[in-house]
Amino acid sequence: MNVATVYRLKPGWRLQWEEAQGRHVLLYPEGMVQLNDSAGAVLGLLDGERDLAAVLAALRQRYPEADEGLERDVHDFVADALHQGWIRETEAT
Amino acid sequence: MSDPRMTPRDHSVGAPLWLLAELTYRCPLQCPYCSNPLDFAAHRDELSTDEWIETMRQARAMGAVQLGFSGGEPLVRDDLEALVAEARQLGFYTNLITSGLGLDEARIVALREAGLDHIQISLQAGDAEVAAAVAGSPKAHAKKLAMARAVKSAGYPMVLNVVLHRHNIDDLDAIIALCDDLGADAVELANCQMYGWAQLNRAGLLPSRAQIEAAEATTARWRETLAARGRDMRLLFVVPDYHEDRPKACMGGWGAIFMTVAPDGTVLPCHSARDLPMRFPRVPEHSLAAIWYESAAFNRFRGDAWMPAPCRDCDERHQDHGGCRCQAYLLTGDLSATDPVCDRSPDHHLIEAARAEADGEARSLGELVSRNARESRVFCRG
Repeated sequence: MNVATVYRLKPGWRLQWEEAQGRHVLLYPEGMVQLNDSAGAVLGLLDGERDLAAVLAALRQRYPEADEGLERDVHDFVADALHQGWIRETEAT
Repeated sequence: MSDPRMTPRDHSVGAPLWLLAELTYRCPLQCPYCSNPLDFAAHRDELSTDEWIETMRQARAMGAVQLGFSGGEPLVRDDLEALVAEARQLGFYTNLITSGLGLDEARIVALREAGLDHIQISLQAGDAEVAAAVAGSPKAHAKKLAMARAVKSAGYPMVLNVVLHRHNIDDLDAIIALCDDLGADAVELANCQMYGWAQLNRAGLLPSRAQIEAAEATTARWRETLAARGRDMRLLFVVPDYHEDRPKACMGGWGAIFMTVAPDGTVLPCHSARDLPMRFPRVPEHSLAAIWYESAAFNRFRGDAWMPAPCRDCDERHQDHGGCRCQAYLLTGDLSATDPVCDRSPDHHLIEAARAEADGEARSLGELVSRNARESRVFCRG
């Protein structure tokens, strides 16, 4: 996985904090994915502007206590989110 | 008549996540599998704009986050844009579930500006002739195709919904090809559920086992083709539960995550429940929270204390919740019965008989009862 890749949510999908559920959810046509804290934090950074390196840097800053497994966990999560169709690579402009 | 009876709140009951707002029963089409109640013509009252806004506000405060605007045809309401704007402001993910009739480019833009997240258009068939025979409108199909293209080019995620039955399921290959051509992001290939008008017309709608198997093979072949092309169009194939041996966990359980508000404000645990011999409470007479948590109607089939044998002793009772209450009632006359789809149900022979009927000759499209006000009045209670 290339750390210069920029990801964004699939068009029309929305990440939202749900107070009633106490978590982030990913909303899409007639459906919802209930996210754990780390998934919500990563997806919130996949904004179509930051590349993966910047996403990792932001997570390092936010969670300074995270161990060296962070990069691998984020790579695994992004690969899974791609496979699930939650996110897309932004087109090179 | 609405049912005012309330019972003490059970604090293990979770919040509703889904609100289906059936804005109206009015519709320009006459599909013979419509999920609206048979006696819809007896329910002509509709909540006002302000009443819908208050209902949405209460649902959102309870935790509902997915909102479907449905009907009938929701585009018949000229306050739809205002309702969408309010819903989006409240934080709902807003879905418009429409035939596409009543839509035009200007309205697509206005809905977009109001914050609408998604438009789902239904198609009746892959070709105009069958579509016209199903929907009772010769021009609807071409209009739907034009609107599907307009929705896509306006930047919405587009889900197409095709209700499958014995008269169109053999054309599935052409139907999927059409959806691909229209640029759909996802396609719901939803075998007709046997409630309301569909139950009335069941003998002319239920596909045979061989038809289902062929359709599943077609869907699998298309998934491979799409994947090979790198085309992201999800195909969701919903098997008719008449061809299953275990019941579906209908709506995720009675009063578990889903509520429907009917045009006149009657609050239901699903869009078919109005055909049950029960009375349901209404907004604005009661708050949505009181209805969801405390009404006798919503509490009636929660948990497992209501279950008869064989459900009550079954290991799977918390997976399928005893199946569907509407189906149990429609087939056995007892709304507390085990869903006859289950092969452990003493009434399972009713399902087997329907399957045998589907394997034989069936009613033609022209013999089905169309969903319209004239036919509905036959079912209206005095």
